[in-house]
Amino acid sequence: MNATVSAAFTAQLRRDLLLSFRRRQDLANPLIFFVIVVSLFPLGVTPDKEFLSQAAAGVIWVAALLATLLSLDGLFRADYEDGALEQMVIAPQPLFMVVLAKTLAHWLVTGLPLLLLSPVLGVMMFLPADATGVLMLSLLIGTPVLSLIGAIGAALTVGLRVGGVLVSLLVLPLYIPVLIFGTGTVQMAINGQPWTGHVALMLAFLALAIGLAPIAASAALRISVSN
Amino acid sequence: MWQRFKAWFHKWASPKWFFDMSASWMPWLKGIAIACMVTGVIWGLAFAPQDYQQGNSFRIIYLHVPAAILAQSVFMMMAVAGFVNLVWRLKLADLAVKAAAPIGAWMCFLALFTGAVWGKPTWGTWWVWDARLTSMLILLFLYFAVMALHGAFTDATTGGRAASIMAIVGTINIPIIKFSVEWWNTLHQPATFKLTEKPAMPPEMWVPLLIMVIGFYCYFGYLLLYRMRNEVMEREQRTQWVRELVRKGV
Repeated sequence: MNATVSAAFTAQLRRDLLLSFRRRQDLANPLIFFVIVVSLFPLGVTPDKEFLSQAAAGVIWVAALLATLLSLDGLFRADYEDGALEQMVIAPQPLFMVVLAKTLAHWLVTGLPLLLLSPVLGVMMFLPADATGVLMLSLLIGTPVLSLIGAIGAALTVGLRVGGVLVSLLVLPLYIPVLIFGTGTVQMAINGQPWTGHVALMLAFLALAIGLAPIAASAALRISVSN
Repeated sequence: MWQRFKAWFHKWASPKWFFDMSASWMPWLKGIAIACMVTGVIWGLAFAPQDYQQGNSFRIIYLHVPAAILAQSVFMMMAVAGFVNLVWRLKLADLAVKAAAPIGAWMCFLALFTGAVWGKPTWGTWWVWDARLTSMLILLFLYFAVMALHGAFTDATTGGRAASIMAIVGTINIPIIKFSVEWWNTLHQPATFKLTEKPAMPPEMWVPLLIMVIGFYCYFGYLLLYRMRNEVMEREQRTQWVRELVRKGV
């Protein structure tokens, strides 16, 4: 039994990754969006170095959050439209693992590239060099939480035509704690305060999200599919 | 005992039973709500002593605190109803989620609004990115999310179940929001705005406040039943008993 569950998990993960890599342009879009949003801030607010280095962590985090949000719609949509999702729901393997695998795949193709790109944006935003590592660490822990919470919103709205705007309405309030702690960690590192406590709390969010978000998302998927 | 509880619980599956029973609860709720709110307002606004620091401006507490308490407990109630709806598929629980969300959102808005009005004379500003204010604002967004989700589905039952999930997820998030924002706040601001922490109040001040809170709860119960009864009528419009009610002109 355990073997089939883990086999389902890896099969699902491989399938989703394969599907994503077959449409490379879709992979690049959230990244381009991420870079554009961050570069809007110096243009729109002020290119002043003092200000930007203060705002850098927050701006990069907000941009990463919005980029994740935009990519959420693709999490279940294609599978819902071609009927594959119904097969996953009625499959003997627990839906929990399927959701977890799909979310992991989503993070690998959106969250991870964002994370790898963030040092470049940090330089553009005059983020103090020694805080770059902390920024990446906070994104490494935070972006999977964003994907997991986002999966709930995506699952709730997958059956609706107006999905996009509604997803942001559902998911953004739930993103706020992650945002606060993510930027808080970096800000503390910049100020030279101990920041490991914040990292521990973010890890707690991650543990909680891994354990609970797929439950809510699979319940939501069952509702969406039955609609 | 257990059998009797089960029999009582099963009655809640019947919208007709609810409709008949709630008709007898509503006058009580209405009466208590009016009595408490009239007493509380008059006592609080006219007879309660002035605050030694804030003078008369503190009196808005008699609206602000009950609204804020309600805003939070309505969300909790909504989540419990959502859970009941998802597990036992009680129609009434679904109706309760739908009926409670706008009331809770109004309470939340009222708490924010009275807070802003109170903040102007005491803090010198309408809005501060303070822990309590921000967490209430997020709560308002969560209410909007539940309402939006309920309305987005063409099928009311599916929409109700989706909104139930959102209400439950939102509740898990409430303590997280609360603590995260408090931590975040202590990080950025020195504790100048600790006026939200109540000083030890004399009873002449907190008794009317308590009466107002009870009044608000009863008012909420009355509104909730009122809205649920309307929904019951609408959803059950094809049944015999609703048709008869309408024919009799109730």
